[in-house]
Amino acid sequence: MNRREFITSSGALIVAFAWRRGYAQSAANAGEQASGSQLPGSLKTQPLLDGWIRIDADGRVTVFTGKAELGQGIKTALIQVAAEELVLAPDRIALVTADTERTANEGYTAGSHSMQDSGTAIRNAAAQVREILLGIAAQRLSVPRAQLTLDNGVIHGSGRNVSYGELVTGDVLHVNAAPHSILREPASHFVVGKSVQRVDIPAKVTGGAAYLQDMRLDGMVHGRVIRPPSAQAVLKSIDTSGVERLPGVLKVVRDGRFIAVVAQREFQAIAAMRVLAQNVQWDEHATLPAPDQIYDFVRTAPSQDYVILDRGNTTVDTSAPGVKTVTASYRRPYQMHGSIGPSCAIAQFVDGKYTIWSHTQGVYPLRKAVSEMLSLSEEQVHCVHVEGSGCYGHNGADDVAADAALLARALPGRPVRVQWMREDEHGSEPYGPAMLSSAKATLDAAGDIATWRYEVWSNSHSSRPGGAGDLLAATHLAQPFTPTPPKPIPQPEGGGDRNAIPFYTLTNAHVIHHFLPQAPLRVSALRSLGAYMNVFSVESFMDELARAANADPVAYRMRHMQDARALEVMRVAADQFGWTAFKRRPAYGRGFAFARYKNLAAYLAIACEVEVLRDTGELRVLRVVAAVDSGEAVN
Amino acid sequence: MTTIALNINGRQRQVDTDPATPLLYVLREDLALNGAKFGCGLGQCGACTVTVDGEAVFSCLMPVSQVGQRAVRTVEGLGTALNPGTLQRAFIEEQAAQCGYCIAGMMMRAQALLDHNPSPSDAEIRRHMATNLCRCGTHMRILRAVRRAADGEGMHRT
Repeated sequence: MNRREFITSSGALIVAFAWRRGYAQSAANAGEQASGSQLPGSLKTQPLLDGWIRIDADGRVTVFTGKAELGQGIKTALIQVAAEELVLAPDRIALVTADTERTANEGYTAGSHSMQDSGTAIRNAAAQVREILLGIAAQRLSVPRAQLTLDNGVIHGSGRNVSYGELVTGDVLHVNAAPHSILREPASHFVVGKSVQRVDIPAKVTGGAAYLQDMRLDGMVHGRVIRPPSAQAVLKSIDTSGVERLPGVLKVVRDGRFIAVVAQREFQAIAAMRVLAQNVQWDEHATLPAPDQIYDFVRTAPSQDYVILDRGNTTVDTSAPGVKTVTASYRRPYQMHGSIGPSCAIAQFVDGKYTIWSHTQGVYPLRKAVSEMLSLSEEQVHCVHVEGSGCYGHNGADDVAADAALLARALPGRPVRVQWMREDEHGSEPYGPAMLSSAKATLDAAGDIATWRYEVWSNSHSSRPGGAGDLLAATHLAQPFTPTPPKPIPQPEGGGDRNAIPFYTLTNAHVIHHFLPQAPLRVSALRSLGAYMNVFSVESFMDELARAANADPVAYRMRHMQDARALEVMRVAADQFGWTAFKRRPAYGRGFAFARYKNLAAYLAIACEVEVLRDTGELRVLRVVAAVDSGEAVN
Repeated sequence: MTTIALNINGRQRQVDTDPATPLLYVLREDLALNGAKFGCGLGQCGACTVTVDGEAVFSCLMPVSQVGQRAVRTVEGLGTALNPGTLQRAFIEEQAAQCGYCIAGMMMRAQALLDHNPSPSDAEIRRHMATNLCRCGTHMRILRAVRRAADGEGMHRT
């Protein structure tokens, strides 16, 4: 399909949105000063329209997002959002992602905020750009605005036309956004809400340059780091003489406990790393709890306690007739991200300035941390996001960028690529924290939940930079940096206590978050932070309560829920699964769960059928039905 | 450094390298082919999978000196973004990638299956593909893509 066919088939040749007056953005009024806090999404931090959308004289449209593609498909979705409001074929739009010299500072790409914050900014910016251009076109063509039509970047009126590229002159888009936009009517959407193919997949399935790992810069050399074998290991001795004579070795870099080798070719760097690792002696002391004592540690470590919910009265006379008390506890081990591609970065130091290509989730925070580590101003560090493999949270991406920067400092001018080995990633990346939870509820004579008490114990779920001390290498330098002291992520989003407050209707409830600043390992963000532990706990406990109340687990959940959208996903999942007609038979079972992410975002209900293989105890998932209400779906 | 002749995607190539270098690094660094990926270096994840005389192999483990004149095929040998091959079209149609880092290896493992057995059963596809890991959770789409490619009988298979 070519562009014209695309637009034609989408039925958008004639623009069908309402030309409401009121907040119409003409070139004259779009520049009105809006207080940042009134602006939608990330326009709050970057109110200038041309910070998001630029149109060249030849009609090329470039959209800028401060968010990064992590494999979640946001490149495609953000292009769709812009294309919709600009009434352009998506392939007319180029997208620039997180880059400290080109895009807005949108912090970290995390927490399911990309569409919410960046998508909202781009949607509103695109709508306002369109309105500004229509306003200029009306003057240029001397045609009333209401008589203009829009077709793939060309505005028509009275038999004449003018293109976006011709209309964008001077600083017409270098204006602050207005608080309100004229958005296209959802019923007329031609590309938002459609299953558009992802823009990144063709290169990924044909060997195109799709990842940071695929970058080959002129003169690029390869670094490898020899890490301390454990966090507290002390360097006893090092002999670099043998390594320096190996083929291709350019330099052995040492600064305190930071030890690395740089070689001409990648496998030469690996060979040198292996030899050097043999020639380094460390003093090590056991500091980790034994695997079977991890939960004792979590239970007894010093904690800061936060009561995050205290509603009604949770003290109840359990001797009253008909009152049942149910308790349960749940636990989760430390978990690694286990990215399929270990972390990688390239850094280059030229004329007093560093360029760092990284698959970090936050180019601006990385710039701040690296510039602090190198004692530079932030303007002397340029961080560019390039895709890596899926990260699922804070893996080694920022750390390897720091490694590359330190090696680039040692070899000015040369692009230095550092690819962590598998063992580097698993041994050094921050883990998702181990957690414990404990639940206690009483049921009244009718089996309804009378009181609910829940406690969750967890280390921090974010040690993202932050400062230089949050970069692994910076803590190993002769003049080491100290990690930022951990602090909890406040409600309502929460960290270890994310989703610890049940979304169910509970009259009497008390929820405590025991935040454990001390951790035996590096810990940080991993997929939904504490949410899945808390959802697992709450939902497992709801099953326990339903059983104690002799009630169907779906019906029991629904009778403790008032939110209409929550009820609807539960109803749809149960219906599509065939919950009521389900035939029980030995070795087969079913399960049901509900959550609303962060109690703020998408709703999910899920029903599944599982088989227990009785010989082995292995569980086999046979069938899953999920009902999701994520709000407006872009793709 | 030794000069080694290789047959890569139907073309004769020569590289000067240490013969102990794994094929993966020769493909990526000397021949600038992006398809095979470094994932573990231990033959445990499959991101580096290529075919050698039609068999799926871990290129991270195979020293380049042991390849000889056997035909090496990488995902680049299946087609291009402008003219994708059957398997590539199937992966695009099924949108069978999240981050996509494992996908080129997945495709070469699937290609080895289809070369030997053009009409595999679903169970055969699952068993054959189990060697390769995906961390994003794209498994169902990957299986559908391989199914789609297998069902495209009569289509030109590159």
